[in-house]
Amino acid sequence: MNRVFQEDKKKGKAILVRQSKDIDSCDALIIPGGESTTISRILVNSGMYDVIRERMNNQDIALMGTCAGCVLLAKELTDTKADVKLLEAIDMLVERNAFGRQKESFEQSVQIKGLTNSYHAVFIRAPIITKTWGDCEILSKAGKEIVMARQKSYLALSFHPELTDDLRIHRFFLEML
Amino acid sequence: MKELDITTLRHGTDLVKRGFSKMQKGGVIMDVTTVEQAKIAEKSGAVAVMALERVPADIRAHGGVARMADPTIIKEILNTVSIPVMAKARIGHFVEAQALEALGVDMIDESEVLTPADPFYHIDKRCFTIPFVCGCRNLGEATRRIWEGAAMIRTKGEAGTGNIIEAVRHQRMVTRMISTLKTMPTVKIQKVADAYCQSYITSYKTLTDQNVDDKTIVFSSSTYGVLKKEVYDILKEIKQLQRLPVVNFAAGGVATPADAALMMQIGSDGVFVGSGIFKSKNPEKRAKAIVEAVAHFDEPETIADVSKNLGDAMLGIEISSIPKDQLLQERGW
Repeated sequence: MNRVFQEDKKKGKAILVRQSKDIDSCDALIIPGGESTTISRILVNSGMYDVIRERMNNQDIALMGTCAGCVLLAKELTDTKADVKLLEAIDMLVERNAFGRQKESFEQSVQIKGLTNSYHAVFIRAPIITKTWGDCEILSKAGKEIVMARQKSYLALSFHPELTDDLRIHRFFLEML
Repeated sequence: MKELDITTLRHGTDLVKRGFSKMQKGGVIMDVTTVEQAKIAEKSGAVAVMALERVPADIRAHGGVARMADPTIIKEILNTVSIPVMAKARIGHFVEAQALEALGVDMIDESEVLTPADPFYHIDKRCFTIPFVCGCRNLGEATRRIWEGAAMIRTKGEAGTGNIIEAVRHQRMVTRMISTLKTMPTVKIQKVADAYCQSYITSYKTLTDQNVDDKTIVFSSSTYGVLKKEVYDILKEIKQLQRLPVVNFAAGGVATPADAALMMQIGSDGVFVGSGIFKSKNPEKRAKAIVEAVAHFDEPETIADVSKNLGDAMLGIEISSIPKDQLLQERGW
């Protein structure tokens, strides 16, 4: 994200958020890939979960979630027993590890609404969005599977834009602010 | 299976393998031997579990040949937790690795904690779809393993001792050498690359009693010429990045939250804990404390706070009291 600010000569700075007080200075948060159960636990234990929910209620925060982050933005999970406290930002149902385990991880080009050329996406133990409703807008599909969606200032992707040099999705998110 | 055209998908690429490792960054991977332990690890915030038959401290105590774990245990753990499951294969034992891949584990640790199976070669990790993590004591070992296809590197440390000194030694060896590359002239880097390739030549000479030239096949299907060039390229990349091109974890002796944070502060990207958790008095509490310590490794107040009242850590072993032929870190080359 800092590369986008630099290359586009935009004002702004990306910082690493590790404590709930770090969020106060942010207009937007990116919840990265990782393990959704682990990230969820950190969010709840550090008090970040409550801070984010409050900012969501006041509608003064933008969120982008990739992979595990996408899981956390969902309203519902197919796996109802999952030990994950969702942020419930987007009207979507998400299935975790939907393609299977690491053996089934893959790279694939996808078309994204709003981007002219296709985007080379990396899916790692990726979730998919199995259903959307309400104000949720589908932005991309891989085959028949929904892999990117947006609702208000919230953006969810089941792949990892942070693993490639293509900054178009980061730009896309900035323009949502 | 999801409805995607499988023929257009690219599985097992370097990007996918290294990407998986990156998702583990800043996390703790815990050794577990039972489903119950795996649940505790997941609940404590581990980013992955390493399924094995015995933790290193018990392998050390029992002696004998240590092998891949029973697939029954691995399968049970795979079916129980949603976080990634890793498992260990013996150094060079590519059939154990094939079996683990078939079982569906997410990553294989080609580990010196198990008894090595091949005196000449490590596994050709490029042939596999799933990623590998390998141990190293120095930049030479790290570079060779990365060239062979490892998607994650960890320090060897001295597993099963609860003594952090060897892990610190190995992390410092790697970091120090990377910083000397910074100002090293190209000719010298070429020499370092040649030196790092020596162990493949030694194996070839031992096996054939013949000398090696650029066209000689020295590892799997790779010639010496290709090996030299690619090792040199990896070193150039390391010089430029000023870090390894793959994720670099600490392992081998982490017993306390402070040990884990120490490794993070000297440059590790995350931590493996083997015997340290389930050989301690209060595994659940210690597991959580180590996870917190790794997430907040540069916040002394947090480290102090989570270190309180953890109960006894594993007893630990002074390294000099271990006979040299029983040092696990000497395994592999």
